Amino acid sequence: MSHWIIAPVVLPALVAAIMIILLRGSLFLQRLVGVASILALNAIAVALLISATTAGPEAYFLGDWPAPFGIVLVLDRLSALMVALGSGLALVMVIYAIGSGWDAKGAHFHPLLQFLLMGISGAFLTGDAFNLFVFFEVLLIASYGLMVHGGGANRLRAGLQYIAFNLLGSALFLIALGLLYAVTGTLNLADVAAKLPDLPEGDAALLRVAAVLLLLVFAIKGALVPLQFWLPGTYANAPGVVAAMFAVMTKVGAYATIRFGTLVFPMDLPATNLLYSTLLLPAGLATLGIGAIGTLGATTLPRLAAFAGIASMGTVFVAIAHFTPAATSAALYYVLHSTLATALIFLVADLISRRRAHLRLEDSPPIAQPGLMGALFLAAAVALAGMPPLSGFVGKLLIMDAWRDHAFAVWSAVLVSSFLMILGLARAGSQLFWKPADAAPKAKAEPLALLATAGLLAGLVALTIFAGPVTGWLDATADTLHDPAGYIAANRLPKGG
Amino acid sequence: MEAFLAMTIGLLTAVGLYLTLRLRTFPVILGLTFLSYGVNLFLFASGRLAVNSAPIIGYPQPYADPLPQALVLTAIVISFGMTAVIMIMAIGGYLEAGHDRVDLDEDRGPDA
Repeated sequence: MSHWIIAPVVLPALVAAIMIILLRGSLFLQRLVGVASILALNAIAVALLISATTAGPEAYFLGDWPAPFGIVLVLDRLSALMVALGSGLALVMVIYAIGSGWDAKGAHFHPLLQFLLMGISGAFLTGDAFNLFVFFEVLLIASYGLMVHGGGANRLRAGLQYIAFNLLGSALFLIALGLLYAVTGTLNLADVAAKLPDLPEGDAALLRVAAVLLLLVFAIKGALVPLQFWLPGTYANAPGVVAAMFAVMTKVGAYATIRFGTLVFPMDLPATNLLYSTLLLPAGLATLGIGAIGTLGATTLPRLAAFAGIASMGTVFVAIAHFTPAATSAALYYVLHSTLATALIFLVADLISRRRAHLRLEDSPPIAQPGLMGALFLAAAVALAGMPPLSGFVGKLLIMDAWRDHAFAVWSAVLVSSFLMILGLARAGSQLFWKPADAAPKAKAEPLALLATAGLLAGLVALTIFAGPVTGWLDATADTLHDPAGYIAANRLPKGG
Repeated sequence: MEAFLAMTIGLLTAVGLYLTLRLRTFPVILGLTFLSYGVNLFLFASGRLAVNSAPIIGYPQPYADPLPQALVLTAIVISFGMTAVIMIMAIGGYLEAGHDRVDLDEDRGPDA
């Protein structure tokens, strides 16, 4: 099994290079190879998921250098799950991009998507803090290219803001890594985790600065208030299919927060103990509130979708902030749900953009295929607002259950924001669909795009129906996260460091 | 030397942050560049400051920490690439929009 751990990084990198060098002229071949590569990636991700479930954490030593001197990739249940989520979403997106013709609107869509997958898989798998920074940059530079795919003045200028924001984030990340290295002398996550309990008291202040800077970086990635300003402009101006793919990129921030909050800075570490929890809860609640209010005030459908995405990230971070196995399990469930639901609303918005004169939520121009579009929008809205019968309801229920001890603040925030989102989404839906359809324009048939959208919906339905087994698996995952001995042991660190 | 290095890093970061908050793309990119210089120096200092030592064990004592040097090299390469990307994006945005303001004309929606 061992060498397969590097495959989710190497495969997209090779395929992307081959596409750029050999298949530059043929969109058909790029599509074919792109889909084949993502199918293979999905197969590898499933195999890794099974291996992580049955065999426990396993480390891959790059160049066979022993940890902590070389770089390691560590496969555990969480990283396997996130790789599977990313590659599964990529499969839907590549089918949608082909079906909707987005990939033909500019050069290099498929290679950039492969590089993005390389960065995402690498960020999820790596067990080294500096390597995490490198993979963040890989996925970011691919996302810059994808974000401005298709061109246009607004998109380029929104892309510039997005890049500037993320470059500032990268600078903070490097400062945090410098501090972490200065304090511990290592950047291997397991080694840092093993060394921090014995940290001299004089270094605790430096470590706390590093911990907060890291949290800021992950908050930028995860669009946590007050660092969410980049998201609405970026997502609303990005091509619909790219915005949907970005739904998994905010989850990289959530993943990194969970990883660092449980492995490196656990609650019982004297130097940082309740730091993450104390900072994350109010920020998560504020994110939830701002996202919900944003859906009420959004003037275009993509901005509405972006604010709904912010609200769902707020919900995720509220769940993470509790740092108990039950809450972490709920957070992971909501991560799965929120990725699918956010991607779905962006795809629906993109489908509507080709069936309506504009995407502004005003003057109600006629819309083609109103029944189908309305049903899809309704499903996405139900999922995002967290109403039954879809998985958002189950996810919010799990989160509220985990937060029983602070029921007043958390429950009221979750419930009131859900209500606001229902209002905002209902307002948007009535603006879009509630009108006589006598002169509906004709729509181009897009069977593949509709298939991809239906695939996301099927994912949400499956997540709801199989909520029992999924939460059971996630509970076990959360238990291993909060007891990281297995993760540290997999790195085979030298005794007495 | 410590005080001098610390002041240099602080000055570079302050200049970088100030320029990043400007309204035109060119100062913003300059600011990001300054910031990356400051960060690179900071990373370099994280392995402790040592004069006249090679990053080789046993020759001469004491040896300098080689890892931050490798990290800085990686960071320099990445920030160089990122600066090139943001520069191209800024030129593209300027040519398309006819001005180089950083803020967006909100709520016009995507122009795809």
